[in-house]
Amino acid sequence: MSALTVRGVHCGYGRVPVLKGIDLDIADGGTTAIVGPSGCGKTTLLRVIAGFESPDPGTVFIGDRQVCGDGVWVPPHRRGLGYVAQDGALFPHLTVAQNIAFGLPRGQRRSRSRIAELLELVSLDPAFADRRPDQLSGGQQQRVSLARAVAPRPGLVLLDEPFSALDAGLRASTRAAVAAALAEQGVTTLLVTHDQSEALSFADQVGVMSAGRLSQVGPPRQIYEAPVDLATAAFVGDAVTLAGVLAGPLADCALGRVAVQPLGAGERDGAGTVLLRPEQIELTDPAGSDPDASDAVGIVEGVDYYGHDTMLTIRLAEPGSAVISLRHTGTDAPVSGAKVGLRVRGPGRWYPAG
Amino acid sequence: MTSVLSPPPAATAARQRPRLPARGRGRRAPLGVLIAAVVVSAVSLVPLGYVLVQTLATGWDEAYALIVRPRVGELLRHTAALVACTVAGSVLIGVAAAWLVERTDLPLRRFWAVLFAVPLAVPAFVTSYGWVSLYPSIEGLRGAVLITTFAYYPFVYLPVAAVLRRLDPALEESARSLGHSPARVLARVVLPQLRTAILGGALLVGLHLLAEYGALQMIRYSTFTTAIMEQYQSTFNGAAATMLAAVLVSLCLLLLTLDVLLRGRTRYARLGSGAARPAPRVRLGPAAPVALLASAAVCGAAIGVPFVSVGRWLVLGGTGLWTAPELLPALLSSLTLGAYAAVVTAAVALPVAWLAVRHRGWGSTLLERCTYLASAMPGVVVALAFVTVAIRYARPVYQSTLLIVVAYALLFLPRAMVSLRAGIEQAPPELDEAAKALGSSPVRLFGRVTLPLIAPALAAGAALVFMAVVTELTATLLLAPTGTRTLATQFWSFSSAIDYTAAAPYALLMILLSMPVSWFLLVQSHRMAGR
Repeated sequence: MSALTVRGVHCGYGRVPVLKGIDLDIADGGTTAIVGPSGCGKTTLLRVIAGFESPDPGTVFIGDRQVCGDGVWVPPHRRGLGYVAQDGALFPHLTVAQNIAFGLPRGQRRSRSRIAELLELVSLDPAFADRRPDQLSGGQQQRVSLARAVAPRPGLVLLDEPFSALDAGLRASTRAAVAAALAEQGVTTLLVTHDQSEALSFADQVGVMSAGRLSQVGPPRQIYEAPVDLATAAFVGDAVTLAGVLAGPLADCALGRVAVQPLGAGERDGAGTVLLRPEQIELTDPAGSDPDASDAVGIVEGVDYYGHDTMLTIRLAEPGSAVISLRHTGTDAPVSGAKVGLRVRGPGRWYPAG
Repeated sequence: MTSVLSPPPAATAARQRPRLPARGRGRRAPLGVLIAAVVVSAVSLVPLGYVLVQTLATGWDEAYALIVRPRVGELLRHTAALVACTVAGSVLIGVAAAWLVERTDLPLRRFWAVLFAVPLAVPAFVTSYGWVSLYPSIEGLRGAVLITTFAYYPFVYLPVAAVLRRLDPALEESARSLGHSPARVLARVVLPQLRTAILGGALLVGLHLLAEYGALQMIRYSTFTTAIMEQYQSTFNGAAATMLAAVLVSLCLLLLTLDVLLRGRTRYARLGSGAARPAPRVRLGPAAPVALLASAAVCGAAIGVPFVSVGRWLVLGGTGLWTAPELLPALLSSLTLGAYAAVVTAAVALPVAWLAVRHRGWGSTLLERCTYLASAMPGVVVALAFVTVAIRYARPVYQSTLLIVVAYALLFLPRAMVSLRAGIEQAPPELDEAAKALGSSPVRLFGRVTLPLIAPALAAGAALVFMAVVTELTATLLLAPTGTRTLATQFWSFSSAIDYTAAAPYALLMILLSMPVSWFLLVQSHRMAGR
């Protein structure tokens, strides 16, 4: 049974359409991330599911219960969802314990053991229970917000960019704590984020959204390795795209003859674009011990040093002198002006022109 | 005493994500709130409508005859001269006091900062009483300007001091580095940024002057308000009083328009984030004794005179004053009326403030502005309108507690609104959504989240209204139920009969009851951003 079913959801503000027909299924116990650039409508989708917005038209089922569409309307407080807002939205007039207990039935609100259990779930010390929200750091507030959301044992938890307001170090640790807590509870989760690496690492199903539509939904590996189109590819991770000509299972491009996986059967030979991920391209030494006739050759034009890796801008010699960007890890980065060889590992992805 | 506080500018809280525009089932204004706000705004337009309808009903010829006559010309001259002189004097004293306290090394400046605000706690008619009972010969324009300037300059002092405190000294330093002398920096950088605060304060002083009755009547300086009161007391409610009210209302509208025109569209906001450093203080050096002397003179005239006066009469009257049979009933009815008005005003301000903050749009702005416009009307006009409307259409409420409480609510609505608006801003809709997602129905959500969050603001607004009602004289004289005497009206009848001794305990009680207001306003102005 799926925990969430969204069908044909449209939504707009005034005359500006924001969602243009969203279909989405989330399996029970699964973790799904919706990723997309700012303004693509991902937060609106979350708000429709939570009941803070009503779709026009569209239906939403939580479990097997219809909550909107076809004249049905269940108000937000009867949907039984967990919701974690971007900045936590902790009630400033209540303590941490009172915040966490907010959604519990009256009789359970005073249970210190339940509060301690929930604090422990989000890796916070039980001593935090009597603090005020303004005495917590941003990451701690988000953890409390999650504890509050899962306290009533909802079937589905919605996370609206919960980590984006945190700084980089805190973001990773908070994300890990939240993921662990959700996994322990086995609760179905829908996360909305604009950070593609967050989406890929957090979820077991990723939906890529752009301009009010879901362009692709699938496991993270599939999204990264087999994006449906070039825009999706460019949004999810770094992409090297080169013009080429397809001949059978091979494509000719500036990096030589590259093996490609066609999008589907009946793919015809002709012009198109080859997509490679930067980590598929290996640098070789053209004057070194293992020269290979099939290696492409390029000149390093720019070197940007980042410490853990180095961004290289390389102008390819042949044909059309295309420019590609690669991340080079390791201590032996070539210097600007050096001549390098380039070898492709694994198949690329083929997108026919037009 | 009427009060107008300009509506605060729309909140400019920088959020990480632009607030989604209002739409959808969850964001529509609840019908009940909408209806309540419309009713409140409609009632608040009654005085203005009354003047308009009465003027039209009087007919052109009669209205012309009643308005274009020597008596009206004289009142106009009196009123205009008083407003011009007192506004100028208040701006001068208010700005100078604010600058001394905030930007110089004036000795004991924390002490002065509080003392300069204390006159707010002394009703203007008590200040007037203090002067008249010490110097019985005080009269005319000079006397009126003297008394009202020292009673009203804090309306300029408080906002200007608040802005001076928040001005970014980097602006002044940049101007200095661009080759401006300190005097040119003051003229070209500092004063323009004070403009909004000065204009706001000047408008308040002007509107209070137009509405002032007690302080001016006590020294027999006639303005439109005192003339309307006299007219009303002699002929009850003739066309003459109404026509004077029409002129008075026009003057109020003129002041409001002037304020809008002068204010312009420019905003002087601090760009960039972070708190500004405190500005370096000007060293007074040998001028310090002069500044101290001037500060002492201002406080002496504004606080010293009324306090010494009240104290002197209290001592002369002895303990017998406190056992007078009228004292306790007057205190009780002041407290009762104040409490009723505080609760009612806070309650009716809530839907209007809620709409203005949560459901921003032209409709809610219009409703909010209606209430501000209404409370710019002098108390005497509001009272006249309510008397007339009650006698004609709602006879049973005439001279009832209900009618006077509604009039108070109308006069003092902005006091509750300003406080409530700030409070509702502190309860963002994200918290509502969080509570809804946790299963709270709208009603329980209000009880568990919204009410606890806005309770302090609600209480502060109610307290401000309470204090205002305790010192209200004009509308109370016209609308108080027969036999009900408040501290203000009882004080008034004693001091009108030149029984200064008997009036003294009432003056002291009113001052004591309104002390917390000036304290609150002082604290609030410390918190206010430099807008």
